[in-house]
Amino acid sequence: MHELSLIASLFEIVVEKASEHKAREVTLVTIKVGPLSGVVPELLESAFEMYKKETIAGRARLVVEPLPFIIRCRACAAETSRDNPISACPACGSADFVIVQGTEVYLDKLELETD
Amino acid sequence: MTKKDVIVREDLLGTNKQIAAEIREALGKRGILGVNFLSSPGAGKTSLLERISERLRGEGRIAVIEGDIETERDAERIRAKGVPAWQITTGGACHLEAKMIAKVLPEIDPAIDFLFIENVGNLVCPAGYELGEHVRCVLLSAPEGDDKPKKYPKAFTTSDVLILTKSDLYPHVPFDPDRAAKEALELNPRLKVFITSAVRDEGIDALIAFFRESRAALIRHA
Repeated sequence: MHELSLIASLFEIVVEKASEHKAREVTLVTIKVGPLSGVVPELLESAFEMYKKETIAGRARLVVEPLPFIIRCRACAAETSRDNPISACPACGSADFVIVQGTEVYLDKLELETD
Repeated sequence: MTKKDVIVREDLLGTNKQIAAEIREALGKRGILGVNFLSSPGAGKTSLLERISERLRGEGRIAVIEGDIETERDAERIRAKGVPAWQITTGGACHLEAKMIAKVLPEIDPAIDFLFIENVGNLVCPAGYELGEHVRCVLLSAPEGDDKPKKYPKAFTTSDVLILTKSDLYPHVPFDPDRAAKEALELNPRLKVFITSAVRDEGIDALIAFFRESRAALIRHA
């Protein structure tokens, strides 16, 4: 996918948050990724390593945590959580459902060094 | 020195989503239906847009934004049909982003009825980026194979319309449109399915009728 452009967006937020909290350094970056986000964690890590050089997160470690895939069935209202995407409600078999979680990729938290 | 944890919970696509929402609203207010076409390269997006251009240019008002890595070729094909077209060349990026559309938008006549956006040919990355469209169409052509929806799910789960293109090739390639539609509908039961052939000029009117209905609905809800 477009991991490098996602990492560029990530660093815009990281730099902004680091300055907001007057950080000397960012030491840990935790990202959460849904199974339908289209993001490949390994590629995200490579892009992160490439991009972080000469930034405030130059020595930071990246942790990519998977998010479960959650659907809510429109037919029977059951909510189901799975590690991987499913195409029908396991409770009633209906394919008419809302994806509650699983498409997102977001910066969850940062660990900062401050004075 | 002290360590400090900061909870952020910020979407990495948040800026793109926000710009896309602004575009969607701006288009909607003017009664312009935004349509985003995505598919792998060579699935027939430009040929379909040529046919749509031929039909809609008479009653006026459409504009087309073309996305490609390089060249003006697609925009030139649309202009040759008498329709204003803007070419965005990404210089290597695999998808269009909302900010690229926002840049071009001020140059486009605000009195148009339809804005068609042809994304960079790629069945993966464009699916992750909203461009401010009201209707997203994914194209799947006969030579690509009817097994693609489940291999590239996001393009199909995030779309409103599935257009099975190049139906003139059905006698020549092992492509079952029913199977392709069934696979896609299992992923996304909301999909409206159309079958077209740009070469034979078939199935285009039904698609345009759908775009007209979608625009009417947009105006009703505005």
